[in-house]
Amino acid sequence: MSEILKTIQLNKYFRETEEFHVIKNINMTINAGEFVTITGKSGCGKSTLLYLLSTMDNDYEGEVHINNTKVTGLSQNELAAFRNENIGFIFQFHFLLPEFTALQNVMMPALKLAKHSRTEIEERAYAKLKQMQMEDYALKLSGKLSGGQQQRIAVARALINEPKVIMADEPTGNLDSVNTGIVFDIFKELASKGNTIIAVTHDNDFAERSDRIIEMKDGEIVS
Amino acid sequence: MALPVNLEIAKTHLLSRKKQSIVAMLGVTFGIAMFILMISFMKGVNKFLQDTMLASTADIKIYNDVKTDFSSSVTADYFQDSSQLVVVHHQKPKNVNLNIKSADQIIADLKDNPKVLAVSPMLSSQVFYNYGPVQLNGIIKGVNILEEIRIFDLKDKIVSGRLENLLTSDNGIVMGVGLAKKLHVSMGDMVTLASPAGNSMRLRVVGTFQMGMAMVDDVNSYVNIATVQQILGKDGSYITNINVKLKDLKHASAEAISCEKKYGYKAESWEVTNASVQTSNVVRDVLTIVVSATMLIVAGFGIYNIMNMLITNKMKDIAILKAQGFAQKDIIQIFLTQSIVIGLLGAIAGLLLGFLLSYGLSCVPFPSQGMVSLKTFPVIFEIKYYVFGVLFGVITTLVAGLMPSIKASKIDPVAILRG
Repeated sequence: MSEILKTIQLNKYFRETEEFHVIKNINMTINAGEFVTITGKSGCGKSTLLYLLSTMDNDYEGEVHINNTKVTGLSQNELAAFRNENIGFIFQFHFLLPEFTALQNVMMPALKLAKHSRTEIEERAYAKLKQMQMEDYALKLSGKLSGGQQQRIAVARALINEPKVIMADEPTGNLDSVNTGIVFDIFKELASKGNTIIAVTHDNDFAERSDRIIEMKDGEIVS
Repeated sequence: MALPVNLEIAKTHLLSRKKQSIVAMLGVTFGIAMFILMISFMKGVNKFLQDTMLASTADIKIYNDVKTDFSSSVTADYFQDSSQLVVVHHQKPKNVNLNIKSADQIIADLKDNPKVLAVSPMLSSQVFYNYGPVQLNGIIKGVNILEEIRIFDLKDKIVSGRLENLLTSDNGIVMGVGLAKKLHVSMGDMVTLASPAGNSMRLRVVGTFQMGMAMVDDVNSYVNIATVQQILGKDGSYITNINVKLKDLKHASAEAISCEKKYGYKAESWEVTNASVQTSNVVRDVLTIVVSATMLIVAGFGIYNIMNMLITNKMKDIAILKAQGFAQKDIIQIFLTQSIVIGLLGAIAGLLLGFLLSYGLSCVPFPSQGMVSLKTFPVIFEIKYYVFGVLFGVITTLVAGLMPSIKASKIDPVAILRG
């Protein structure tokens, strides 16, 4: 299997009140099509690691390679374009734009990428919503939907540009058990279709259903 | 309509907060409306004063200035001995004739000048107007009325009678309306004029005029030059002033200087004669610009505040957009577009409101009937002020929106998304 993401000697410090070494010498490789979960107690640095991998946080030492591109050292604008095309993001608190409809939210990253025509993007967005069984809500304002519904739309949005890597920060952390189950199933299905997924979670049930668990403790990978 | 995604986001933001957008817009609208109203009114006042002033001031006035030249004295002629030093205390001014010698040559020469449109000789004098027991101090201007009409637009100022009556009647006088009213004379009445030297003469009122300025209408009258020469006891070549009208008003200062050099008499351009009016025009212009700029800047601060508030509310959305791959320039575009739209719509509404207010003001009767005669508030409508208003409005909102937009683009998504 080809490797899709690699870190070399990744180190990060928080320098607010006093220097705190939050990520310590992390070397890891994730292969294409893997469903990886990162677990660990809160404060162990798992979310911080994910944000480093996501290219949004670039205050670190070491190197990050995604899809054979060295993202370390790219400018903010280059990183934004890179994220747009290669990474789909799912957050703990759904984070849709409330003034827009579900469909508009899903279409937005694709409109930004502008690889396809608007009608094509709309069709794709409908297809993704259908995959999430949310097509009936496509024209509803996303601010009016429930948490579980919003999270499913957020997943659809993450998938719209067919990214190489899907990253999720506690995707079920804010959901009830029914919605958690639905999101579980969606992730599993995505994984089975060959998507690379990196999810941070402290939900052990969730983690156990993934291909590989990376457990962290005090900024280091334990297993 | 399919807008680019950044503009679509901007549009959605604006429309989802209609009330706030409208309030921000109204700030610009009132700023620009007041700017247009003020500048149209102030420029209208300036133009009115300038027109009134030019109606009674020649472009260039050539006259013999009273010179207090005490450098020579007959005493020196008396004491022929050059070895003696003669000191004269407290000389009295000489009796000088204030006329322009060789006026005919000067007039002929001026008429040959290609820049000159018209030349009119004049002889003016202080007089007393007597009618029954009423005695008023005033001025008579002896003119060649046909030449005078070419310099000043007198035909429009005639209230009763005709200027040409001066030519047909021997002892005709055309009076200012204020003066005629004070004397209580009308067409056909005879008035007695007395010169400072004591000569007196009876003249018939053949017309009245109104310049619109009390200082003219209450004191001045027009008569034939010969009439003034007669009342002063002077000969037929005695002229004190030559009024010149140029083809282009702007050359007045330069021409005045060259006339002064060429003819050796004092030549004064209209700018110098009416320096105080010019000064007050400048003061009004500065005032207008300062007040208008202040209003627009205040509107700009309103937009700045609203944009800042919006961005604080939208921190989370900005972080999401950035996570999805929207670059800094996209974020700037999204928020700057909003302030430009607010600015542009506000400015256009401001133009309309400004025009309506200006138009309304131009219909309001002017209250004062004292110094000047004015029916309604003087307002001018000039396209350049409207263009300038829109430009200033858009630029102000651009600047006001730019700072918050740049701030928004610098938001760190990680800090917000991690909570």
